[in-house]
Amino acid sequence: MTMPTVVLSRALADLFAGAPTTLTLEADTVSALVLGLDQRFPGMADRLVDETPAIRRHLNIFVDGVRASLATPIRPNSRVYVLTAMSGG
Amino acid sequence: MASVTVLIGTRKGAFLADSRDRASWQLRGPFCAAWPINHVIHDPRRSTIYAAGGNEWFGPAVWKSTDGGQTWSHSSTGLRYAEGETPVKTAWSLAVAGDRLYVGVEPAGLFASDDGGATFHEIKGLSQHPTRSQWQPGGGGLILHHILCHPRDPGRLWVGISSVGIFETSDAGVTWAPRNVGVRCDFLPEGQRFPEIGQCVHGLAFAAGMPDRIYQQNHCGMYRSEDAGRTWQSIEAGLPSTFGFPVAAHPRDPETAFLIPLNGDATGRFMPDAKAAVWRTRDAGRTWSACRNGLPQAHAYFGVLRQAFAADTLEPAGLYFGTSGGRLFASRDEGDSWSSIAEYLPTITSVEAARLS
Repeated sequence: MTMPTVVLSRALADLFAGAPTTLTLEADTVSALVLGLDQRFPGMADRLVDETPAIRRHLNIFVDGVRASLATPIRPNSRVYVLTAMSGG
Repeated sequence: MASVTVLIGTRKGAFLADSRDRASWQLRGPFCAAWPINHVIHDPRRSTIYAAGGNEWFGPAVWKSTDGGQTWSHSSTGLRYAEGETPVKTAWSLAVAGDRLYVGVEPAGLFASDDGGATFHEIKGLSQHPTRSQWQPGGGGLILHHILCHPRDPGRLWVGISSVGIFETSDAGVTWAPRNVGVRCDFLPEGQRFPEIGQCVHGLAFAAGMPDRIYQQNHCGMYRSEDAGRTWQSIEAGLPSTFGFPVAAHPRDPETAFLIPLNGDATGRFMPDAKAAVWRTRDAGRTWSACRNGLPQAHAYFGVLRQAFAADTLEPAGLYFGTSGGRLFASRDEGDSWSSIAEYLPTITSVEAARLS
């Protein structure tokens, strides 16, 4: 069965013991993907989504090259990037 | 085993400085993935170090270490407001009362953990206070930066919120009352300078063994309360400025407290005349004297933030403060002389002293 490929930023993966930077995960929306990541790495949803609810302001999730929201659909062969935006000093 | 460990929060991680003799120091860190860390405390009952912070990418979290700082984990499960509200940006302050860990956050609110920092729940009585719609952020944001827990009554605590003031609860957070009577707001028009809320509290400390006596450094003056915050009296006469951020109290003598006044809120917020000094009172604020020995007496253009000053519990008491420029100063003789522990840290946001053993 084909599943979306998810690429996590190193800064995110390093916060969770054993988390790889590339994995596959069954999900049909970004929201479902976040839930799936949280089941695999408890607490990860809090790192990605605020109580708006929305993807945290300085994070970007790209689905097949397009910046996504929580409602963005994901296809079985999608490639999803969870990236930290440029911020800070 | 170190006799004292200084717990340091910085804009780029937490650090620990250990010493057996308070003369030589070993620095460890940065911890907490170099996140901005606003406060680090030690809970001796659980042998746990907690660090409160948050970063722009990943939001707020409380980090903890149960092995003296060697390994760390983080959680923010439940450290969030209800869906649709302004998100919690970062965790700002920590305090332990019995088995409960309290966490102050930005935008201002209070959370509690009853399982050692694994999960949190909001203390909604504060967020739902009738004055909440009037709370406005100050220059540092709408931050709950101080939590004082009564040493004997775990249901009684005081919180300090920038540009809002002090609130007290005596029922573990169900109901809250403002505690700002007598505290000025110099930034308001004449005749309106003593409102119920809106005071910009910067620092709070209990006098040793006298929890009804609280010292306060405010944006607009220095104060002491003898009735657990119900009323405040100015004790700023003799100080070089009415402006400063932190206050530290002596661990045993309720008459002794320490301040680090800055030159003023609109004149740079650095050391008065660019000469560093800690100001000490031995008579509960009636008189003050400057402690300068070992501190830079020229070109000292640094500040010391709200939570970046602490005393240890040794005899004589040690004092520690961290600067906006990343330097950590220490005294092991109650302020009579000072030396530098670390010189090139990131901006220091908080300092606490603990005995990890």
